[in-house]
Order: sequence, then structure tokens, then C-alpha cells
Amino acid sequence: MNLSLEHYLVLSAVLFSIGLYGVLSKRNAVVVLMCIEIMLNAVNIALVAFSRYVTPLAMTGQVFTLFILIVAAAGAAVGVAIIISIFRNRSSINLNDFNILKW
Amino acid sequence: MLEIAFWIIAIIGVVSALSVIIFKDVFRAALGLVLCFISAAGIYVTLNADYLAVVQILIYVGAIGVLIIIAIMLTKEVQLGNLSNKLIVPAFIVSAAFLAVLVYSILQTAWPVTDIAPPEVTAGTLAERLFGENGFILPMQIAAMLLLAAVLGAITLVKEKKE
Repeated sequence: MNLSLEHYLVLSAVLFSIGLYGVLSKRNAVVVLMCIEIMLNAVNIALVAFSRYVTPLAMTGQVFTLFILIVAAAGAAVGVAIIISIFRNRSSINLNDFNILKW
Repeated sequence: MLEIAFWIIAIIGVVSALSVIIFKDVFRAALGLVLCFISAAGIYVTLNADYLAVVQILIYVGAIGVLIIIAIMLTKEVQLGNLSNKLIVPAFIVSAAFLAVLVYSILQTAWPVTDIAPPEVTAGTLAERLFGENGFILPMQIAAMLLLAAVLGAITLVKEKKE
């Protein structure tokens, strides 16, 4: 059985759904951040698979993956900073306690 | 040979991603996340993307993994464990339905796959695409500005406020 584009896309879909479940159902803000990183990883796998099987010479998918890597690193840094800042104010990172923005 | 490698890496990746949402200990969940990142790098190797595999290990495993582990150690919620909220059943239904729709549409679509062999070394072509003529040089500079803004924002957010 040869590898095809569908194998990689199904793997990426499975990883994305696992991340989606974690984002929707977890109470700990750090775990939610981890699940968001899993979802970004799944999208990266799909983009690299498209780049390999559809446009192997242009490599636009790999360029997009590089930019997603940069944005994910920036997002993780700011996310961790926000979590630590909220923990300092409320001494909890339980997402059910975060109602500061409510009015 | 490549098929066996793909299946082993894919199973490791899915199991480690599941461990992130199943493990009770948040620290072990973070280690599972790092294993998931490493298996993604292996998937890139099977896709002939050598440069991206190295960058994946450098940035995700090296930077983001360490950042998340530091965040776990700085917040005392670790003792409470990896708890779920009241939405377990709706979240499971939504993500399972999403997965079903996604897999169905992936398998039904006729993808325009080509038979051209990909280049063996991708770093040169990627550099040509990023910095060459008609390339992505402007987005690259905007990304540098984004990283600078993110670092400054993170420092300002974490800094102790003086009364």
C-alpha cells in the first residue's frame, strides 16, 4: 500500500479533532494552550502534505508552514505571559474563574 | 519502508496527542505534547521537508515546549490535575462530528495530485521562495516585527507592577 495525500490529511484531521476536544473541554488554561498548539501542528502537517503532493516544486505550503511556526511561537509567548499575569492577580488558572471581561 | 515509518510515527503522534487530554498529571501531559511535536517532525521527514523538520524540533520542542513547562511550574494548578469542565459530552460530540465531516470530505474529494518527484534538499528552494524575486520578503519582515511586538508584550505583561 503506497502512501497518498489522503493518509496525511486524515492524520492531520485526527490530530486537529483531538486538539479541538481539549480546547472545548479542559479547565486548565495551560492545557488549553497546549491543545491549541496541537491544532496548529495538525494544520502544519496538512500544509506540508499539500506542498509535497500538489505543488512539489513551488513549495508554497512549506513557506506558509514557516509563517505559522513564527505566529505560533509569538502566540505561545503572549499566551503564557497572559496566563502568568492572570495567575498573579487571581491565584488560579481555572478558566471557569475568568470573568474579568464580563460586565 | 516509508509506509512502515509513516504508520509508526503517525501512531506515536496520535497516542501522544491523546495523552495530552487523558493524563491526570499536567506535567506528563506537557511531555506528551513534546513527543507529539517530535512525531510531527518525523512526519515532515517522510514528506521530504528536511528543513522544516529541523525547524520544528528547534522551535516547537526547544522553545514552545520549554515555555509551556515553565508556565506549568510557575502556576500552582498542577496539584489539581488535568480537570475537565461540564462540557465533556458536547465537546466530544462536536469534535467527533467535525472529524467525521472532515474525513468524509477528504476521502470524497479528487485531489489534483502530481507525480513530479520533490527535490531532495529543500533549504535552497525555500530560501529562493522567501527572499528571491517575487518572493515573501515583505511578510518575512512583518513576521520579524510580529516577533518583536510579541516579546515586548510578553515582557510588559509579566513585569511586576510597582504601586
